[in-house]
Amino acid sequence: MNWYGIKAIYIHEMERFRRTLFQSLASPIITTSLYFVVFGSAIGSRITEIDGINYGSYIVPGMIMLTILTQSISNASFAFYFPRFTNTIYEILAAPLSSFEIVLGFVGAAASKSLIIGCVIILTANFFVDVRIDHPLLMMFFLILTSITFALFGFIIGMYAEGFEGLQIIPILIITPLVFLGGSFYSINMLPEFWQKISLLNPVLYLISGFRYSFYEVSDVSLLTSTLTILTILIGCIIFITYTFSKGYRIKD
Amino acid sequence: MKNILEINNVTKFYKNSVKALENVNLNIKEGEIFALLGPNGAGKSTLINSICGIVNFNTGTIKINNMDIVKNYRTTRKITGIVPQELNLESFETVWNNVNYSRGLFGKKPDHNYIEKLLKQLSLWDKKDNKIKELSGGMKRRVLIAKALSHQPKLLFLDEPTASVDVELRKDMWDVVKKLNKDGVTIILTTHYIEEAEELSDRVAVINDGKIILVDEKDKLIKKLGEKTIKIELFESVKKINGNLSKYNFTLDQTNKIISHTYNLNSNTTDITELLNDLKKDGYKIKDINTEQSSLEEIFIKLIQENNNELVRN
Ligand SMILES: Nc1ncnc2c1ncn2[C@@H]1O[C@H](COP(=O)(O)OP(=O)(O)OP(=O)(O)O)[C@@H](O)[C@H]1O
Ligand SMILES: [Mg+2]
Repeated sequence: MNWYGIKAIYIHEMERFRRTLFQSLASPIITTSLYFVVFGSAIGSRITEIDGINYGSYIVPGMIMLTILTQSISNASFAFYFPRFTNTIYEILAAPLSSFEIVLGFVGAAASKSLIIGCVIILTANFFVDVRIDHPLLMMFFLILTSITFALFGFIIGMYAEGFEGLQIIPILIITPLVFLGGSFYSINMLPEFWQKISLLNPVLYLISGFRYSFYEVSDVSLLTSTLTILTILIGCIIFITYTFSKGYRIKD
Repeated sequence: MKNILEINNVTKFYKNSVKALENVNLNIKEGEIFALLGPNGAGKSTLINSICGIVNFNTGTIKINNMDIVKNYRTTRKITGIVPQELNLESFETVWNNVNYSRGLFGKKPDHNYIEKLLKQLSLWDKKDNKIKELSGGMKRRVLIAKALSHQPKLLFLDEPTASVDVELRKDMWDVVKKLNKDGVTIILTTHYIEEAEELSDRVAVINDGKIILVDEKDKLIKKLGEKTIKIELFESVKKINGNLSKYNFTLDQTNKIISHTYNLNSNTTDITELLNDLKKDGYKIKDINTEQSSLEEIFIKLIQENNNELVRN
């Protein structure tokens, strides 16, 4: 293993995060606060609690998931697309690094950033509502796994994108709707039966549900299904990346 | 001397089915400076990038130190460095971080003393904390060189190292290249400046349309490059080439008024004086004289034509 190489990529990416620390953190903090104001206060005055949990607290796990998903994807896709765009990728290609090591460096950094942001959101949420974490280890398990999985997903987008617009399309068209419709801000039990069935086709629902269980021990679906879902997406991404690299496709002409 | 690089039958198509390299065979000896010449689009960068792992090639094998560059990429890439043709750099990084990053990528332990020495050698030390975007083009090119040298390679590729570099800096750069070579680094460079190839290289290859059409010692090629043509325009046309004039090897244009005579600057004597004397003796009056030196581009074309003729003859 070329550990120095992995570390170089990792540090290089984290350095960018540090340079733009204010923007990187300000945006999730402001968004979270806005959600609390809008959803927590406005809707929360109507819906006081779901599954016995105060509404404001209930939406915290979903909000973290929303941020983790979008941040992991955008960080990883940008991080890998950027050197392709500026052509600085020549150096990574010429270095004695295996595809696995390259992925490890980029995805590791993107996932780390998401984790940091996730923790910041939990702290921010604490200012507005009570956040209780019944199963901290399980919570960390989901947080880390989701960060890695969606950083891998973002890496794929970064490999295939043909322009900066391309980086945005999948997050906007697919991920954001899936997260909003995946019960970030409500329980699917509140929906008519037909829409409940439809919601069960949404993989993000399982992620949010499992994650919420680690906080309040309430969930829409079983913990096992949630765990299997995230693992399936993770493995899917790994297989896809391995396949793309084995074809030498997308990165080298 | 042993070959540090062996290229066998390498062919490369780009996705748009442009054939960029065709059956390239080339051996580079350890310790030499090798210049790759050729017109735009000849395939120079493609060849270098294939060797360095930046593009995939389709068929053939490339070996560095007798190791296949695909199978043994970890070992071969560790000793290889490349300075790309374009100024591909990340604008917001500092010089110092950028160069140390490169060393890391190549799997080497940090060595701040070495990087400091390197930056000083390339006159970049006072810029070490500057962001790349604050540097001039020539400085950026030197940052690329520093990056390529950050992991102490044994085999260095320089893809047009002195493009966009002023004359004085070019001389400095040449010194750097010579010094590296003296320290045991084998160097392969591409250039459009013939003086550069002349100044630096031991051997030269000419590549055209994806094919290597000539590999030669520099000195031999320079002989060809030293050819000049003198054009002598007369008031009246040459009627017959006989007597004194028959010993010259000149050609006439359609009007028989312009004599083209080719001679070599590198030979100790030229017969221009005699030719002018003999013309005078035969009563010709000279209207105008000018000389033309074949440009690199013309030499390419001539070499390609010769090469094509040879192919036809065989
Ligand atoms: N990424 C690419 N995709 C498709 N075709 C390419 C690509 N890069 C180069 N080519 C084509 O391959 C051929 C060789 O290009 P290459 O860059 O190797 O030439 P070169 O000898 O380095 O030229 P120059 O002196 O202009 O740098 C050209 O026809 C070029 O158009
Ligand atoms: Mg080129």
